Amino acid sequence: MEIPNSGERKNYLNAEYGIRSWLFTTDHKRIAMLYLLSITLFFFIGGFAALLIRLELLTPGGDLLTADAYNKAFTTHGQIMVFFFLIPSIPAVLGNFLIPMMVGAKDLAFPRINLISWYIYIAAGILYIHCLVTGGVDTGWTFYPTFSTEFSNTKVIEAGLAIFISGFSSILTGLNFVVTVHRMRAPGLTWSRLPLFVWSHYATSIIMLLGTPVIAITLVLVVLERALNLGIFDPTRGGDPVLFQHLFWFYSHPAVYIMILPSMAVISEIVPCFSRKRVFGYSFVAISSIAIAAIGFLVWAHHMFVAGISLYSAIVFSFLSFLVAVPSAVKIFNWTATMYKGSVSFATPMLYAFGFIGLFTIGGLTGLFLATLGTDVHLHDTYFVIAHFHYVMVGGAIMGYLGGIHFWWPKISGRMYPEAWGRLAALIVFIGFNLTFFPQFILGYLGMPRRYWQYPPEYQVLNVLSTAGATILAVGYLLPLVYLLWSLRYGAPAEDNPWKATGLEWTTSSPPPTFNFDETPVVTEEAYAYDKMPLPEEVTLER
Amino acid sequence: MASSHAFWEDALYIFLVAVTVAMTVLIFATVAVFATKYRRRHGREATQIEGSLLLEIGWTVIPLGIMMLMFVGGALLYFHMRTPPRDAAEVYVVAKQWMWKLEHAEGQMELNELHVPVDRNVRLIMTSQDVIHSFFVPAFRVKMDVVPGRYTTMWFRATKTGTYHLFCAQFCGTMHSGMIGQVVVMDPKDYQAWMSGGPVTGSLAENGQKLFQQFGCSTCHRSDVQGRGPALVGLFGKPVQLQDGRTVTADEDYIRESIVNSQAKIVSGFQPIMPVFQGQISDEQLNALVAYVKSLSQAPAGQAGTPELKSAGTQSQSPQ
Repeated sequence: MEIPNSGERKNYLNAEYGIRSWLFTTDHKRIAMLYLLSITLFFFIGGFAALLIRLELLTPGGDLLTADAYNKAFTTHGQIMVFFFLIPSIPAVLGNFLIPMMVGAKDLAFPRINLISWYIYIAAGILYIHCLVTGGVDTGWTFYPTFSTEFSNTKVIEAGLAIFISGFSSILTGLNFVVTVHRMRAPGLTWSRLPLFVWSHYATSIIMLLGTPVIAITLVLVVLERALNLGIFDPTRGGDPVLFQHLFWFYSHPAVYIMILPSMAVISEIVPCFSRKRVFGYSFVAISSIAIAAIGFLVWAHHMFVAGISLYSAIVFSFLSFLVAVPSAVKIFNWTATMYKGSVSFATPMLYAFGFIGLFTIGGLTGLFLATLGTDVHLHDTYFVIAHFHYVMVGGAIMGYLGGIHFWWPKISGRMYPEAWGRLAALIVFIGFNLTFFPQFILGYLGMPRRYWQYPPEYQVLNVLSTAGATILAVGYLLPLVYLLWSLRYGAPAEDNPWKATGLEWTTSSPPPTFNFDETPVVTEEAYAYDKMPLPEEVTLER
Repeated sequence: MASSHAFWEDALYIFLVAVTVAMTVLIFATVAVFATKYRRRHGREATQIEGSLLLEIGWTVIPLGIMMLMFVGGALLYFHMRTPPRDAAEVYVVAKQWMWKLEHAEGQMELNELHVPVDRNVRLIMTSQDVIHSFFVPAFRVKMDVVPGRYTTMWFRATKTGTYHLFCAQFCGTMHSGMIGQVVVMDPKDYQAWMSGGPVTGSLAENGQKLFQQFGCSTCHRSDVQGRGPALVGLFGKPVQLQDGRTVTADEDYIRESIVNSQAKIVSGFQPIMPVFQGQISDEQLNALVAYVKSLSQAPAGQAGTPELKSAGTQSQSPQ
């Protein structure tokens, strides 16, 4: 990694040099950078798989890939994006980098465990890549038996173990955050003064701690069943394949909130900063994160309304699924209200926040179609579901991730990114995203099932639109990669607080010194006291 | 509107689309208005606002209220979809990688095609030989997973003649996207003609009766006197008292399980002496046996089976 040498002052980047100083670091900021590099690599591998999928679907017949290769492509795309990109993305990069600074601490509670969690992630990643290059896996990211346990001829055991291992990385990160937030807050930093970024990550960490062990056990059961024929999911031995689905979704639905809550954390910082206002309804935004984490554990069977579960349990799970939509809606309303009578800037992070609010609104509302029993029967396992969760996970989670990377880039790198390019990329991502995924809502309503290698010709027009959108989206994702790397050397040096944002991370230098603060900060006021902050100079817009 | 469910599903869908569009426009417009009206200008500062309890309550309760309408509408439709009418024609479906095998109660067999008469309730009783599949007819707005080791059921009433897609909606391996077929909805007259064509070796229940003799079921499950196994006449659809104190309803899935895994649920008052037929019997044979056992409860009045119906029913229910 290119390290800008900001000269006079030592910071976390130039404190030590050499590969060993990175691989054996316990500095949360350096570990965050290790994560940034590794998840970026996985993002582009997963993205390449997505590109293969979209190219194959350009025509109704199966022509670019074989059926097996196609099945491996969407499995790889799903597993990499979920387990190796989205779940670690914001928590392990931005959370890791920022939470100690936001609470006024020198580091996380357990710096060595933090480093171990990255090594575990890398070990899991290497195992997964090995699985990929030696044959791959074709079960879909969901591993449903009895296909995964008895009928698939691919490397299910290896992929399952890779994801099993990656889970420990997630558990350790969650543990570290929970302990840090409880034990390491600076004097005066009460719970009601915590930045919402920290609240949201705290909720995320609880899900990581409580949910991840369940998927770990479930994957071990699949591996054992496949290796030893245990018969847990095999009906001919008294097992139950639907049991797997309960166990899998018990984690994997809350996992959606592991992906979206950190993104909400980012938006809760960006919107007040670029509106120059305290966030509207602070306590409601904070509590809604906890509510999402809690209710999120009680809605898993809405993935199973047509799996043969009982009529009455389906009705209960439908009801609970509507409840979990409420706290998400509350957040959207509060962010929107935060702009009221504000001083709104259109800087790149805010453009991503606009994108997030818009796309997550659509993603959330289309989720209601799947919580509604009568409509889910038709839409389940069609492209409607694909479109819905991409609006949440790409339109939501990745928009937030990119917004956050831009917002904190000056702090992370000590350099400003080129603002015009930033806005252009945000616009391209927004347009490309909608063109890719909006047609899929219609495809799903018209009945095109997911995971189809070939499809009836009447679905072609919408698939072509979607593929066209995906190429635009790819440009939108490559642009930041290029100009952010460029800015490391050529970007304007960043001030300590270029956005004039509140938050302890902005009170230290950019990039921060190894132990973050020269003196332990003392907090005397609420988060988001923007009335006491001057307007930033260089991002003040025309006129 | 190709099926009776489709109208209500589409009505509900349109309601949800309307709410989605209204909410999306509201959010987008509010963001756009705030972002332009309050965009950063020199000489104007932001007005700090704490929040508003009234607004918070409002935008919690109102969306919840709208969502409860969706919930109730969706639950009612789902309840209707999961409650088959009694007069439905029955078709047994066996799914396997990567084809659909269908057998009408009257004995007609089909592959990847299902012929049904228009305006007639049709109920599918489905199982899989290997992995989980899902029977999906988009035009009818119906879908149900087809799970190995058990029956799942669904029903529909086609309301328009024509040919419609049948898709497998649950990923099932290499040729998942090739596991497609069609549902042909016919005029009653054409349907009768179709039914009478082609070779048919007896109805499903008749074939089941032969298997019932062939597998020796009839030595214990007797219809004349109390045998070593529970009497089966009049059993279907009735509650059954089990040895462990539970009561279950004798539906298709119960009968199927009692054959393949006879030790799973022991009827109160009987010994667990029946052999396990897991692996001994094909899914098609099971379907025939289930159809036969069901037919024992549908005997027309005056036939030999009828007098025993009541006594058999009480016999199997009364614990010793």
